[in-house]
Amino acid sequence: MESLSKRAKVLEKKPMTFAERAYLPAIFQGLTITMRHFFRAATKKQVTIRYPDETRPFSPVFRGLHVLKRDEAGRERCTACGLCAVACPAEAITMVAGERKKGEENLYREEKYAVSYEINMLRCIFCGLCEEACPKAAVYLQADKMAPPRFERDEFIYGKDRLVEPVTPDNRSKRGIQLTPEQADKLRSQLA
Amino acid sequence: MTLPALGWQGLVVLVVFGVSLLIATYSTYAERVIAAFLQDRVGPDRAGPFGLLQPLADAVKLFTKEEFFPAGANRALFVFGPCLAMVTALMSSAVIPFGNVLQFGETSIHLQGIEINVGMLYVFGMVSLGVYGIMIGGWASNNKFSLLGAIRAASQNISYEIAMGLALIAVLMMSGTLSLREITLQQSVAGEWHFWNIAKQPLGFIIFIVCAFAETNRTPFDLPECETELIGGYHTEYSSMKMGLYLFAEYINVFVASAVMSVLYFGGFNFPFQYELRDWLVSSQHLELVTASNIITILGLVGLFAKIFGFIFFFMWVRWTLPRFRYDQLMRLGWTILIPLAIFNILLTGGLITFGVIN
Repeated sequence: MESLSKRAKVLEKKPMTFAERAYLPAIFQGLTITMRHFFRAATKKQVTIRYPDETRPFSPVFRGLHVLKRDEAGRERCTACGLCAVACPAEAITMVAGERKKGEENLYREEKYAVSYEINMLRCIFCGLCEEACPKAAVYLQADKMAPPRFERDEFIYGKDRLVEPVTPDNRSKRGIQLTPEQADKLRSQLA
Repeated sequence: MTLPALGWQGLVVLVVFGVSLLIATYSTYAERVIAAFLQDRVGPDRAGPFGLLQPLADAVKLFTKEEFFPAGANRALFVFGPCLAMVTALMSSAVIPFGNVLQFGETSIHLQGIEINVGMLYVFGMVSLGVYGIMIGGWASNNKFSLLGAIRAASQNISYEIAMGLALIAVLMMSGTLSLREITLQQSVAGEWHFWNIAKQPLGFIIFIVCAFAETNRTPFDLPECETELIGGYHTEYSSMKMGLYLFAEYINVFVASAVMSVLYFGGFNFPFQYELRDWLVSSQHLELVTASNIITILGLVGLFAKIFGFIFFFMWVRWTLPRFRYDQLMRLGWTILIPLAIFNILLTGGLITFGVIN
């Protein structure tokens, strides 16, 4: 059969030379290769990330677990307009709207607020469309947190208790990875 | 032999026993770390500093695992197999001369478990018995993979023992003795330029080390336990500490093989310029001759262990470099290459001795 390209290589099966049949030169060659790797592993920094102690830095554009933001005065920004739920391609967001009562002005920024706000993290595809749809800059996908694995399905339905940003930022869960400013800058420069 | 000397000798036997076990224990750790480094990985580093407590954790794990007996297994032989493998492996380290003589006043302690004039034959006998441990265990498991592994182990050991023995004969022709201590002492003579046996027997050493790999069932000759074909070979059905005994026996065998190679070919506890160093200690440092000799003995002990660890490292280095031989390749290498080569080596050595090139 004529070959279609000129790439085909004709291999001829030559009888092995004495050095090849004696095995030892080839064995020596192999041993030097593995020894090079041995010293590389022993001296240079290893590429292994020792997971529980070290973690790989997240990308600055990573879209992780949602948060419902508060404003500067500590009031919830969400006004339960439902645009995020409409924008959500996975239909993961449900909410019940309620009217702000007198005396609750320090709790809710707008007159209408979300009495309940639930995101099903099993449905969510973390596309970030809710974040784009939000007119009040209330919902964000955090760059440094993931929805952790759980045993029960209903535990994946995050209510306001787990979504709303804590009043004092120090109470934030330490789960997930905090990028140092240097790490973030480095990653941004790599991405640019 | 006086009673205190006998007591000291008993202590040496116990120490040799303990050291063999300790080295086997830490060989498991070394194997994993070396394997990791050769493959650009990290290796065990969780238990203790640098993972040094890993062998202890492994031992606890092995002891607490379920004791499993396969259906239809011969229970007595099933237990006896790993015990025999372990006992023979431990016994063979008894005749290795780890060091020369330590003098304390009247008592002189030989740093050797027991000195017998057929030491090398004794090691060979023990190594040959070791294969019974594997055979009995493999047969008693009532499992066709175990049986295949056992048969392979037996045929492989028998095949390679011949070449190993023939390679050894060339050394014996030069030394004229089977005592490992004598062979060691002959490799270094005070006041003259003297080479270790490796310089006189390079071919014999290559044959010997290849056969040692086969005898200890190490890669590239680990056919008896090759997991791609036989699951685990002879220890497929073993669990818990019975499994641990087999693994331990293998590492002790590696240790003993390394020690035997160091003694036969690399001068044992001798090291270069030892007599010059002793004379210098006596003349310039004004030490007594006995003290100087003791210092040399201790240094020789350290030197021998350095050689042994070098060989153990080589065993592991090769294991993580070379792929396993196919069974027919193994047999062809043993019978059609190594044995004729060993016979040629004997003839060569005989000729060289006759014409006075080596002695």
